[in-house]
Amino acid sequence: MKKYNTPLIDELEKGPWPSFVTEMKKAAKTNEMSNDALGHLEKCYSTKIGYWKHGGIVGVLGYGGGVIGRYSEIGDEFPGVAHFHTVRLNQPSGFFYTSKALREICDIWDKYGSGLTNVHGSTGDLVLLGTKTDALEAIFAEYSSRGWDLGSSGSALRTPSCCVGPGRCEWTNYDTLGLTYALTQEFQDEMHRPTFSYKFKIKSSGCACDCVASIARADMSIIGTWKGDIKIDQAEVKNYAKTMDINKEIVNMCPTQCMDYDGKELKINNAECSRCMHCITRMTKALKPSGERGATICIGSKAPIVVGSLLSWVIIPFIKVEPPYTELKDLIRKIWDWWDENAKPRERIGEVIEMKGMRSFLEAIGVKPVPQQIKEPRKDPFMFYTEEDIAAYKAKEAEEKKTGKYRF
Amino acid sequence: MALPQRKTDIGPPHYEQFLPPVIKKNYGKWKYHEVINNGSMVHVAESGDKLWTVRVASPRLLSTTTIREHCDIADKYCDGFFRYTTRNNVEFLVSDEKKLEPLKKDLSARGFKMGGIGKCITNVVHTQGWVHCHSACTDASGLVKSMMDELYDYFEKKTLPNKVRLAVACCVNMCGAVHCSDIAVVAVHTQVPNINHENFKNMCELPTVIGSCPTRAISPDPAKKSIKINSEKCMYCGNCFTVCPPISIKNPERDGVAIVVGGKINSLRTNPKFSKLVIPYISNEPPRWPKAVAAIKHIVEVYAANARKHERIGEWIERIGWERFFSLTGIDFTFQSIDDFTFMRDTMRTASTFKW
Repeated sequence: MKKYNTPLIDELEKGPWPSFVTEMKKAAKTNEMSNDALGHLEKCYSTKIGYWKHGGIVGVLGYGGGVIGRYSEIGDEFPGVAHFHTVRLNQPSGFFYTSKALREICDIWDKYGSGLTNVHGSTGDLVLLGTKTDALEAIFAEYSSRGWDLGSSGSALRTPSCCVGPGRCEWTNYDTLGLTYALTQEFQDEMHRPTFSYKFKIKSSGCACDCVASIARADMSIIGTWKGDIKIDQAEVKNYAKTMDINKEIVNMCPTQCMDYDGKELKINNAECSRCMHCITRMTKALKPSGERGATICIGSKAPIVVGSLLSWVIIPFIKVEPPYTELKDLIRKIWDWWDENAKPRERIGEVIEMKGMRSFLEAIGVKPVPQQIKEPRKDPFMFYTEEDIAAYKAKEAEEKKTGKYRF
Repeated sequence: MALPQRKTDIGPPHYEQFLPPVIKKNYGKWKYHEVINNGSMVHVAESGDKLWTVRVASPRLLSTTTIREHCDIADKYCDGFFRYTTRNNVEFLVSDEKKLEPLKKDLSARGFKMGGIGKCITNVVHTQGWVHCHSACTDASGLVKSMMDELYDYFEKKTLPNKVRLAVACCVNMCGAVHCSDIAVVAVHTQVPNINHENFKNMCELPTVIGSCPTRAISPDPAKKSIKINSEKCMYCGNCFTVCPPISIKNPERDGVAIVVGGKINSLRTNPKFSKLVIPYISNEPPRWPKAVAAIKHIVEVYAANARKHERIGEWIERIGWERFFSLTGIDFTFQSIDDFTFMRDTMRTASTFKW
């Protein structure tokens, strides 16, 4: 095996933080592809430019995604990375593993690939980094026969992911792991055979802490919430008071100012609480949501390409999230139908909603306008009225004349 | 040797088989948790069962050798069960307190780094960079390594007014939630792309390329069977390059990084926010990006010295005002920080009340 001189990236083996260069060198000890990846990266560092080409169309039979083609412009110089395709394995919900399962994944990868991975990629897949085209079918046969399927890529439903949820968190309002598994199984076809205008991401967080950043990077963000009161354990409040200035740190930082503490007892005006999670996360032993649990559905977030970043917009303030999740699955299908009919190529759903208008979208999926959807009402007086809108306003006025009582 | 029979559309394995018994037993019945120190926390279930978590940093780019070492540790202390986090950490879980100290001791002896829990700096969400991406204008892994070496104490032992979420994007595609981080580095191009007209007609779709441009800078060039780019409108986003390989935008001397601050994704106290541009350009300086790293450390230190307890960077800045942020940090305010793209209406000040 060729020995590369790598003075620049060797600098990145120094210091306390774990080094990715050390990882590449570990893989390079026995793997020609990783060895060339090391030389390839050193060249990038010396010239300050990347040499990877756009992905080509590679994959496994019957699938349109899950493998991302990657070729180097300088494959002659580094033949080990002339092809260096990515294989995305669909991660288990919550990123839980056993050593047995991961060793099996490693054994197959060492046999057919570079021995390099990302655990995990940004979307959530277990990313196997770098293999050749002729190895892909064998890789797929080895993994799928052992229960591991490919994740997604391209203009498709991307691999859904979720927070740790009920696995290890007291704040979750629904079973994020269960929902993610169920949706992933339900929409295998939409994941593996790209037929959408562009990517569509679904991320599930159990509460407003949003540990999977669903509000920022999921076309559909499913964020857990509740409808009942926050239960207070006053004895635990007393314990917190020993180490915490409850008025300063909790009551005064409450965004709705719905709390009160007189030095003895903590009170919450639950009707005014917006469920932001600040007090609950700071006094987790003392405060607990109660009552009906479910999620808020938000739509549209994405990174800046093409016309600026978006955060997801609230469309359904509350929905129950319980197996078999029929209502959610139906909703997702309705959303896709409208998107499919209205999107140009490479338009995310948030962009299409901006172009076509929120009303068009909400009507298509059968959702009524409610003030919980907005930060503030429209500021300009340019608005559409349908004939039905005017007829409804007129009918309301006719009714008022009969009853003698206004209904605004 | 014959290959096993492939199966399609089976989806991922069911997560339940990977849950340790203590989690299966207490699934959805956790009562509270306590952060013990930056490297560990304990969750207590309604049943009284306890689960200790030890969080370990990972460079995300892992060799199978290291994954196998994670497996060895899990076998020795955690009955073979463990997990990873959305921010690329590894978590070892033990339900027997007696195993906690030996686990930590072993991790330490093997050189694993524990930290990142609670009000501190945890692992960095980042993109592929030069390691594996075609559109990278910098190396994400190298930047992360350089930043975290410098900020290491905030991972392992120091605390801050609240958590600080860092991210690195190697181009404006921003894979991962870079655009809503407390501090993020985003690599940028700064020049209008070049077009290989000869290849354009064979490799690119005209409507797709025109449609890819957010500023409508691209128009057809019928004579060349190619396109023209209006240099007065182009903001170098590189989206045309993404859809059309004969367009090239990489330039080693002009590509650089920008720094954005004040984003968050949770709803605690204040709503989720985007990160905002404060430093528009720093040259790409591999292998250690000293100026970008110094800028990030400086912002963290000014935040640590000035923010109130529980305030995230974005909340602190909203309280003191952006003019105060620039004066406290001494960062030069430039035209690039004034939005002249889609958000100008909402981001210019519309009152005469501000601080000197």
